[in-house]
Formats: sequence, C-alpha cells, structure tokens
Amino acid sequence: MNYLILSLIKTLIVVLILMHTLAYLQWVERKVIAHVQLRVGPRRVGPHGLLQPLADVIKLVTKEGMLPSHVNTVFYFLAPFLAVLFALIPMCLIPYGGDINVFGIHTTMQVTDVSIGILLVLGLSGMGVYGVALAGWASNNKYSLMGGLRSSAQMISYELPMALAIAAPLLMLNTLSFRHIVDGQAGFYFGLIPKWTVFQGPFPQIFSFLLFMVAGFAETNRVPFDLPEAENELVAGFHTEYSSMTFAAFFMAEYANMVTVSCIATLLFLGGWHPLWPEQYGSSLLPSLIFAFSGLICFSHAIRPARPFDRITLPVFGVLFLGIAALFLIPAGQQILMPLFWFGAKAGGILFVFIWVRATLPRFRYDQLMRFAWTFMFPVALINLFVTGLLVALS
Amino acid sequence: MDTVVFLIFAAIAVICAVNLVVQTHPIASALSLIGVMGSLAGIYLQLGGEFIAAAQLVVYAGAIMVLFVFVIMLLNEGKERKARRRLWVTFAGLPLLLVFVALIHNLILHVLPPSDSVQFGVFTGGTAEAIGMKLFTGYLLPFEVTSVLILIAIVGAIVLARKEVD
Repeated sequence: MNYLILSLIKTLIVVLILMHTLAYLQWVERKVIAHVQLRVGPRRVGPHGLLQPLADVIKLVTKEGMLPSHVNTVFYFLAPFLAVLFALIPMCLIPYGGDINVFGIHTTMQVTDVSIGILLVLGLSGMGVYGVALAGWASNNKYSLMGGLRSSAQMISYELPMALAIAAPLLMLNTLSFRHIVDGQAGFYFGLIPKWTVFQGPFPQIFSFLLFMVAGFAETNRVPFDLPEAENELVAGFHTEYSSMTFAAFFMAEYANMVTVSCIATLLFLGGWHPLWPEQYGSSLLPSLIFAFSGLICFSHAIRPARPFDRITLPVFGVLFLGIAALFLIPAGQQILMPLFWFGAKAGGILFVFIWVRATLPRFRYDQLMRFAWTFMFPVALINLFVTGLLVALS
Repeated sequence: MDTVVFLIFAAIAVICAVNLVVQTHPIASALSLIGVMGSLAGIYLQLGGEFIAAAQLVVYAGAIMVLFVFVIMLLNEGKERKARRRLWVTFAGLPLLLVFVALIHNLILHVLPPSDSVQFGVFTGGTAEAIGMKLFTGYLLPFEVTSVLILIAIVGAIVLARKEVD
C-alpha cells in the first residue's frame, strides 16, 4: 500500500511539472523565435507575456468545438486521444534523478523503474503515429489524408535509423534500464572529461547522437521535417479539421514528444543527471551562483525601475531567486535539486535546439526527406553500429 | 493483484479479437488487432517475458500494423459489403461453434499440462540478456537461417515491385 501511495505522489508531481513544462515550452518557443526574427514576441498578458500560456489554455478550452459533418466520428475523436496517450505514457519511464531519502523514505526519482525502459519507450513512441495517421484519415479530407500518409511513411522510415542510433550506446553500456544507462556514464576521464557516451571510449557516440537528434526531429514532426502539417501545401495537414480541445490535444502531443526525445537524448548520450565537471571544481555551486546572480540583477533593476510597479515586483522576484539559491546549498534540498538541475539543463538545451532549428531552417521536400532517410541516415547508422560493436568487442 | 491485471488484459484481448471479426470497416479491424497485440504484450510482461513484450509492442503493434493501416489508407477501402448467408450456415453455424468450443475446452483440460505450472512472477528467463545468450549460442543456426530467409523475402519483394513499374 505504501508503494501505491508513493507511486501516486510521484505520478502527481511528474504530471504537474510536465503539464507546466508543456504550457511554458510554447511560450519559450514563441519568445525565442520572436527574438531570432527581431520581434519581441508575446508580452501583453503578464510581465513579458508570462501568463500567455494560461490565456491560451482558457481560450482553447472555451472555444467552440466544431464537428465537421463529413468525418468518421468515432475515429475522429479517438485520434487526438491516442496521440496524447502515447505521448504522455513514456514520461513515467524516464528517471529524473538518482536515489533520494525524503522524510526517512528511500525512493528513486522516477515513477517506474523498468528493466527494458528504453525498449518500451521506443515501442510506445512508435505507437504515436496512429494518432496522426488516424486523424488524417478520419477527417475525410484530401489535405488531412495526405498529412496522415506522409506522417506514417516518415515515421516508419525514421524509426529505423533511430533504433540503430539507440543501439550503439546500448552496446557500450550493456543494459536496457534507464537507471543503469545513466549509472554507466558516471565518473570522469583524467578527473575532468565526463564519461558521457558522447565522450566515452572505445568509440565516442557523437555520430549516434547526431543521428538520434535528426531522427528525433522527424519523429516529432518538427521543422525541417514537418511535412505532415506543411501549411503552404496542406492547409494544416492532419489537424486541418480539428478545433478547440481536440486541436490542443495534438499540439500538446507534439510538445510532449519533443520533451520525451530531449529526455532520452539526455539519458542516453549526455549522462543524465551527472554534472558537466567534477564536484571538487565546484559543479554543485553552479545552480546557486546562477540563481543568486539572477536575484542580484532583479535587485539592481529595482533600484532604477523602468516602470512604477517594478519597485515592488522585482525585489519579490529577487528574494525568490535568492531563496532558490539557498535551497541548492542545503544538503536535503541539494540531493533532489542537483540532479533535477543538471537533467533540466541538458534536456532544456536540447529543447532550445529544437526551437532554434525551427526558427532557422526551411522545410525539406518530401522526396528529399525520404532519400535522406534511406540513402544517408540508414547506412551511416549501420556503419556506426558496426564500428561501435567491433570496438566494444575488441576492447 | 496479478490475477486482476491478467483478467483486464485478457478481457481487452478477447473483446478486441471479437471486434476485429465483427467490424465491417478495415480500419476498425486493424485498430482492434493493435488492441489485441497490445494486451498480449501486457500478458507477456506479466509472465516474465520482458523482451518478448517489448518486441511485440515495437514490431507488431508498432511497425507491422502501421504498414497495415498505411496500406488501408492508401487504398481508401470503404466498408465491406456483407454477402448473403447461405441457408445451411444460418442453421449449422451455432451448433458447429459450440462443438468447436467444446473441443478446445476438452483439449485444454486433458491434453495440455495442468495449468498450475503457469504462475506469475516465477519465470525469469525472459530478459533481453537471457534471450540474447540463447539466440547467439544454442540457436545460432536457426537465427541466421531466419535472417537470410527474411533477406531473400525482401529482395524478392523488391524484384516483384520493380517488374510492375516497368
């Protein structure tokens, strides 16, 4: 029973954090793209548009849900449900930190520790294609059908190089459990270079990492592989006929898939929650320094406020940041927050790359996309796997 | 607890299997098949066959069924037309079904080994490592022969497809 309650609490925490991440990821994306394109982005709702996600959620929930008359109703509603389901399930398999002791209870920072975690995530994210394909088909619309077909062909093609890219680091780490994958990347070469699989001998997995990221972009239908919803050819692709909450479901599934891909890349290639440099050179002080610095910036701006109410709000944020900085120094807070900080920093960095690429690159043509998968990605992934296997066998 | 979870998965599998046959729409049937495969994966997991469960999800429910759905969508098949039943089918169908069920029941009761040999959480040889060891030591030849067979099938499929294009 204790296990059940503990699992429920952990699930609740993960769901709450994940939902806020998804909502604010969209804000971050709009802001980053705006700044790349020399705009300011959302800034009407709340300071710097920080309450924009809340406004968007209210808008989407209260909007009228249109049901087109020509759709296949059962599948039309099943599709967004499946998309969200298979985008959110992998989250419960991902570990966010090591073992912790809270109030005398020993537990892991993970909802379930499965011995075949990486395989299950691969299988579940592969099922996500049904949501998109079914949506395209059930909408009974040429554009939607084209979007759904493109999506399924694209996902089948890119799943192969992705699986091969995942297999290479697994050969080196010799396990399928996420926890052991991260444990296998602990430690440092020469006391300085981290033993993450991208740096680890006998064959640093930098090619696998790049292949995985490219395949990840394709699997999540993101730019430059967003052909299933290419606006200027297919209106909005597979979700042309969806509005209000059903549209929001697809939107949420896309962002959840992005988060999953970033988390898996972090766990497999970037050492999970292990710090970038050893603790004796002060890696455990970094988060405190960052937050304390942010707090001090808030205070310095409060002295010469740009707007009248900055005199009140900025010191409040300053105290908040200093409080978080202090939390990172307490041993009890440190054991939970340090892994979260490093995990979040790495996964966040990859998410930033997702957004950066969207703001920078144009879309592929469909034949280019397919040729790229089969004539470049797949052979390179095979060679990479072969070389890794050879070197692991020799060493 | 194990029994409850098993019953849930078993019920989903049976309902989906019946639905697969009853539905007249190809997409609905394909989705039901995915349901059957998914719940089978759950049952494998319960019996300790971790790797088989993951393979079931990745290969069957994931890759193969996506191809099925893809093809059905490409052909854009509508609902199947129901053929008119023959007279003897209407009368003999139910009794024959009952005889068949009785036969299977009899087989399970008397021919198969007693069911108490199947227990949840006892079998531990289903990990990826154990299966890998078996495949690459004891069953290396069948494994390699199967791979070559699949390769031949792929090459054959490509040859056939190319001929149609010309």
